[in-house]
Amino acid sequence: MSAFFIMIGASLVLAVGFLIAFIWSVKSNQYEDDYTPSVRMLFDNTTNQKKDKETKQQSTKTK
Amino acid sequence: MENTIQQPVTKTICYHCGEDCDNDSIETDEKIFCCHGCKTVYEIINQNNLCSYYDIETAPGINQKKAIRSGKFDFLDDAKIKSELIHFKDSEQEHITFYLPQMHCSSCIWILENLKKINPGITRSQVNFIKKDVTIVYDFKKTTLKKVAETLTLIGYEPHISLNNAEGKKVKKTDNSRIVKLGIAGFCFGNIMMLSFPEYFSMGEIEDPKLQQWFNYLNLILSLPVFFYSASEFFVSGYKGLRQKFLNIDAPIALAVLITFLRSVYEILLETGSGYLDSMSGIVFFMLVGRYFQNRTYQNISFDRDFKSYFPLGVSVINSDNTEKQVSVSDLKPGDRIKIHHDEIIPADGILFLGKATIDYSFVTGESLPVEKSIGEIVYAGGKQTTGAIEMEVVKETSQSYLTQLWNNETFKENKEEPKKSFIHSVSRYFTYSLFSVASIAAAYWAINDTSKIWNAVTSVLIVACPCALLLSATFTNGNMIRILNKYKFFVKNESVIERMESIDTVVFDKTGTITEQTQSEIHFEGNPLNQEQNRIIRSLAGQSNHPLSRHILSCLPFDKTLPVKSYEEIKGQGTTATIAGSLVKIGSAQFVTGSNHFSSSRGSRIFVSINDEFLGCFVIQNNYRKNLREIISALKNQFQLKILSGDNASEEPFLKTVFGNQTEMLFNQKPEDKLRVIKKLQQRKRKVLMIGDGLNDAGALKQSDVGIAISDNTNTFSPACDAILSGKNFILLNELIRYCRKQKQIIYSSFVLSVVYNLVGLYFAVQGDLKPVIAAILMPASSVSIVLLTTGMSAFYELKLKRMNLTKVSFSPDTHHS
Repeated sequence: MSAFFIMIGASLVLAVGFLIAFIWSVKSNQYEDDYTPSVRMLFDNTTNQKKDKETKQQSTKTK
Repeated sequence: MENTIQQPVTKTICYHCGEDCDNDSIETDEKIFCCHGCKTVYEIINQNNLCSYYDIETAPGINQKKAIRSGKFDFLDDAKIKSELIHFKDSEQEHITFYLPQMHCSSCIWILENLKKINPGITRSQVNFIKKDVTIVYDFKKTTLKKVAETLTLIGYEPHISLNNAEGKKVKKTDNSRIVKLGIAGFCFGNIMMLSFPEYFSMGEIEDPKLQQWFNYLNLILSLPVFFYSASEFFVSGYKGLRQKFLNIDAPIALAVLITFLRSVYEILLETGSGYLDSMSGIVFFMLVGRYFQNRTYQNISFDRDFKSYFPLGVSVINSDNTEKQVSVSDLKPGDRIKIHHDEIIPADGILFLGKATIDYSFVTGESLPVEKSIGEIVYAGGKQTTGAIEMEVVKETSQSYLTQLWNNETFKENKEEPKKSFIHSVSRYFTYSLFSVASIAAAYWAINDTSKIWNAVTSVLIVACPCALLLSATFTNGNMIRILNKYKFFVKNESVIERMESIDTVVFDKTGTITEQTQSEIHFEGNPLNQEQNRIIRSLAGQSNHPLSRHILSCLPFDKTLPVKSYEEIKGQGTTATIAGSLVKIGSAQFVTGSNHFSSSRGSRIFVSINDEFLGCFVIQNNYRKNLREIISALKNQFQLKILSGDNASEEPFLKTVFGNQTEMLFNQKPEDKLRVIKKLQQRKRKVLMIGDGLNDAGALKQSDVGIAISDNTNTFSPACDAILSGKNFILLNELIRYCRKQKQIIYSSFVLSVVYNLVGLYFAVQGDLKPVIAAILMPASSVSIVLLTTGMSAFYELKLKRMNLTKVSFSPDTHHS
């Protein structure tokens, strides 16, 4: 029977952990804007930096 | 030179903004632009290596044909204005949030979040696409607020700054507590349910009583946050209602929650049973879900705008030594001399001092044609200057001006939504009374037969028959309907608007901008087509005059060179005449041009033209009516009394009579206060009025009416305070939308009937004093889920007709466009 106590205790601790995570996410305004982040994550930063480097190299060459 | 370039037959599209390029396209880097503005923006973006802007979406830019005056943001250098706008400042940085209505695609987000590459003084910029704003953090040692605004303008995103921004409306903190309450209730509900499972399966008898007891105590602990935190709003609202001697729906719900909790605590502590904590937390959870669903607000739409969000924030004041100074509009004093630039809004009543004023009042008064003012005349606030810069002397402060005084009317202090009016509360009252009688009958019965069961029976009745089903029916129906109406670009402020729609019997329309398009009125020439010589002559004459009608004529004639004008004469209220290229030209009224007056019967304003006394034809200026107006009106005519309240003159009355019929009352030349008064009078005659308007002049009427709908072609820029906003494109759906709103009560009642069935089943067990927790635990979610399903199903079913209308609208529009 003692297995029950441990299991239930563990499950509750886990669930409370998720609840705290949820409350934290609400309090830190993560539900304010549910559209922009979904677009933002698709922006390709790496290629852009490459382009920047290329153009910088070009400009240094011309100098 | 541009005319010599032969364009291919296929349409060329501007690389920046995606609009059709006319003959005058510009080419750089093998890319074609429609105007210099677009090209400039492209060059800036290109210089800063931000060309991914064009890769994310094709032609994402904002058309730059309308140039923005340099120095427009000078007022942002004023320390007082600046301090009102920025919402955070430390030793290095300042934070500012700008509203950018032009934002429309993912390219916009990308470029706006890369602002630091264009202006190195900007450290960070973050977009909220739903609110269409960008929060910019900048180093005020390297750049200024004005430069930040100019950077945005440079790439085509001119920030929208109005008087409203300054007056204490900084970043609003959204209230997240309901979501937290919901989360906690959901968490506790789920866990209590899980811990109750053993009991459900063994139907109340568990082999190990110790384990059962342990589960019960755990449940009790888990239910505490539900009872004390999540359910608190029901207690607060119920108590507030009772203090005002009003029994609202929250009071019986709070009572049910309280009794369920107390009985459960009693049972658990005395170890006689396991209580109904699962049902209690479940009910609280479902009701919070319903409330959340119903009250989800649209962050991007504001229903409470007043003139402050229409008026500019800063204005140039001319000092005695002829220097210009930027001053906040709220600081304008009578006697100040101010300069109004082209396309700016006049911020206060004043006297014209210098320059030619042609003021477009269409949004403010409903007059469809711009008004000409000469020096020394009074110019009212709210109009938009359309011909170059003027100077004027302020006579009254902005808040005291002719237009803004409307907002001092007591109508604006009242609140339309009194919760008492909702029928849900009165239904819940009957429900509560019958519940109490059932409980007392059960108590009386057991008092005679078995006194030990009285307490059991009474509490069980109150637990099982909580009016939460009614609340769920209402909240889910409203939530569904608001969501569906939203799909058709009909944004209602809250659920009580849908309910008030039910009783409407009179529909009042504004004319300009409401049943006509908000864009300029249409002008065309009637008569034999003009040849090039005639065109040149008429253009030359019209170009001489600054009269709004002459400017209108100019706008519809193809561009040509101007001929020298001799013996020019302008007769006020009649027309103009001159000798051009040896011919005598006359433009003006029928009397002036032809000498007779027999043309006056037809629709619209007419301007007659003759050359050498040979009558050529006339220019007809017509209001551009919305598509399918006739169909909408004839559908509405059968159900409602209609009325027109227009701020414009009566020139369109004959045409409107053909659409609305002769019985429809039409009032023209109505001032904003008049409109308000007319609505009030109708209401005194026990009429329930739906007002449909668009401009500032309708604001009073919209507020006074039982339901005020603002028609808006661009919901982001401006619409007056109202209960609902309808997109101009979906005006055709008006009748169907009203009909749809009126189904609300029917849906709520049907789902309520369903929940009563569940309640009766529950009561059957409860009156016997034999309500097992498992039965309560089955009935509660079953009834909740079936209510949700029924309301969703029914609101989707009634939507079908709306959907069909919407589809036919799409197939309709190409035909009607030509007519």
